[in-house]
Amino acid sequence: MANLLNEEVSKQIKEALAPMQNEITMVLFTKEGGCNTCEETEQLLSEIKELNDKILVEVKDFDKDKEDVKKYKITDVPTFVMLDDKKQYKGVRFQGIPAGHEINSFLSAIVFMSGLDLGLDSKVLDRLAKIDKPVDIKVFVTLSCPHCPGAVATAHSLAMLNENIEASMIEAQTFQELSVKHKVSGVPKIVINDEYELVGNHPIDAFLTELEKI
Amino acid sequence: MFNFSVEKQTQSSEFDNIKKWDFLVVGGGPAGLNAALYAKRKGLKVGIIVNEIGGQLNNTTWVDNYLGFNMIEGENLSHTFLDHVKQLEVPILKGVYVQNIDYLKPDFSVSVSNGKEYMTKTLLVATGGEPRKLGVSGEKEFINKGVTYCATCDAPFFKEKHVVVAGGGNSAVEGVIDLVPWASKITLVHRSQFRADKILLDKLNDIEKLDIHLETQILAVVGNERMTGIEVLDKHTNKTKLIEADGLLVEIGTVPNSGLVKDMVMTNERGEVKVDLNQMTSIPGLYAAGDITEQPFKQIIISAAEGAKAALAVNQYLNQNYKGE
Ligand SMILES: Cc1cc2nc3c(=O)[nH]c(=O)nc-3n(C[C@H](O)[C@H](O)[C@H](O)COP(=O)(O)OP(=O)(O)OC[C@H]3O[C@@H](n4cnc5c(N)ncnc54)[C@H](O)[C@@H]3O)c2cc1C
Repeated sequence: MANLLNEEVSKQIKEALAPMQNEITMVLFTKEGGCNTCEETEQLLSEIKELNDKILVEVKDFDKDKEDVKKYKITDVPTFVMLDDKKQYKGVRFQGIPAGHEINSFLSAIVFMSGLDLGLDSKVLDRLAKIDKPVDIKVFVTLSCPHCPGAVATAHSLAMLNENIEASMIEAQTFQELSVKHKVSGVPKIVINDEYELVGNHPIDAFLTELEKI
Repeated sequence: MFNFSVEKQTQSSEFDNIKKWDFLVVGGGPAGLNAALYAKRKGLKVGIIVNEIGGQLNNTTWVDNYLGFNMIEGENLSHTFLDHVKQLEVPILKGVYVQNIDYLKPDFSVSVSNGKEYMTKTLLVATGGEPRKLGVSGEKEFINKGVTYCATCDAPFFKEKHVVVAGGGNSAVEGVIDLVPWASKITLVHRSQFRADKILLDKLNDIEKLDIHLETQILAVVGNERMTGIEVLDKHTNKTKLIEADGLLVEIGTVPNSGLVKDMVMTNERGEVKVDLNQMTSIPGLYAAGDITEQPFKQIIISAAEGAKAALAVNQYLNQNYKGE
């Protein structure tokens, strides 16, 4: 396959990754024999890895690496999770390729997972610290949606800051079954614990208000 | 394959280092970005607080009426604007909402969804507009279950589907064009006659899968779990009928995002902010520009120009009329 990132784009990404603080690891799950967008996702991750030496990538097989599949609760491929420098899983995951507009939420997850301060106020952090029940946030996106990366980045930042929270970007075209199950026909669509729904990009405090209802 | 808007996130600490701004801009659409550009060139201590850079440009596939660009994607135009502003190193706090503005004569305090407050001598509200709703029964219920306001975002969900586009202006016609690669059938419904530019309307002639119903009013969106159609009144025959459809793209203009200031400043009956020739609202030091103002022609170039006017006027105000320290 030809390179996904051309020289100009690579240069821009390199600059965006410059604020990275510590190492991060992306653990990607694909399948032998391939899957829809598995190959592209793997290639994207490996091209991104070349742009900053603080980025590590591990590729696992969904059918063979059962332990990791269980550990990270992987349900389908391609999916990848992002680990911090201590190889801790913070609940940040991507289901499907973060191309198109989602390149923005992808890079933002990398930079913040590496330890850059999210710059949130103590009031927001206090509210977030009080969330003590398990929370699963699914953010359905299309790659042509300009409002989606914002919603994904907010969900991921909540996950990074509270160990009870997990947040996934889900590319609706690749994960059609899941999209149909959650009746997604407009994005960004945010589904919390498979029960509560938010539509559109919301500021962090609106997310928090939803989480506090759980 | 990649649509960039990545940049080094302006840390709020950079914002926090400044005790009092000369000029804060709320909004990062054409009006806000151009205002910041002009203000920075004047040497003002200016910053932008914005939820989403680009504003409505992000919902626009093609722009072909911005001077200097024959045809440019809305988003690319927004990147071009942002690159220009970034060259001047204007701090941008993005991904946040301004939630409240307090007038502490003569200054302003701005509270933001990141939990912080910022003080400024002058303020520009350039929060633009958001899609106007039809206001018919079923519309709200079927949002994201067929009803959408963003063609670029949601077009992929309408693959091989029948989609109704509501509206008769430029954005409705552009919506039809955005859907052509996806939908199997498109029906445009508008309550009166077309308002769109002739050059755009001409493009509709070649779309075979398009049906056009003018003088037709949408009365309701119907469905069960998802929308299944719309009920319309045909004004020629005065009869109601059902049009079966899987989706409804609503493109009937915008409503101003004036909630932040509508109780502080003078607005008109549509909620648009009244401004003077210098873009100043009824409060000294508080300015408005772009789609939020009473100016009737909601266009990129007009919004950008209003932003420029506001910034130049702010500079003059700070030099001549500002009463604080
Ligand atoms: C589908 C469509 C197609 C169009 N096509 C064209 C075209 O071809 N040519 C043309 O000239 N015009 C076109 N327009 C109109 C044009 O996009 C608008 O006139 C223009 O974008 C208005 O600019 P603005 O800066 O006033 O506001 P907007 O573009 O609406 O930007 C508002 C900004 O404010 C921010 N914001 C809002 N509230 C808050 C808050 N509380 N806190 C922080 N930030 C906030 C938003 O995130 C955004 O950055 C089109 C519009 C649409 C919807």
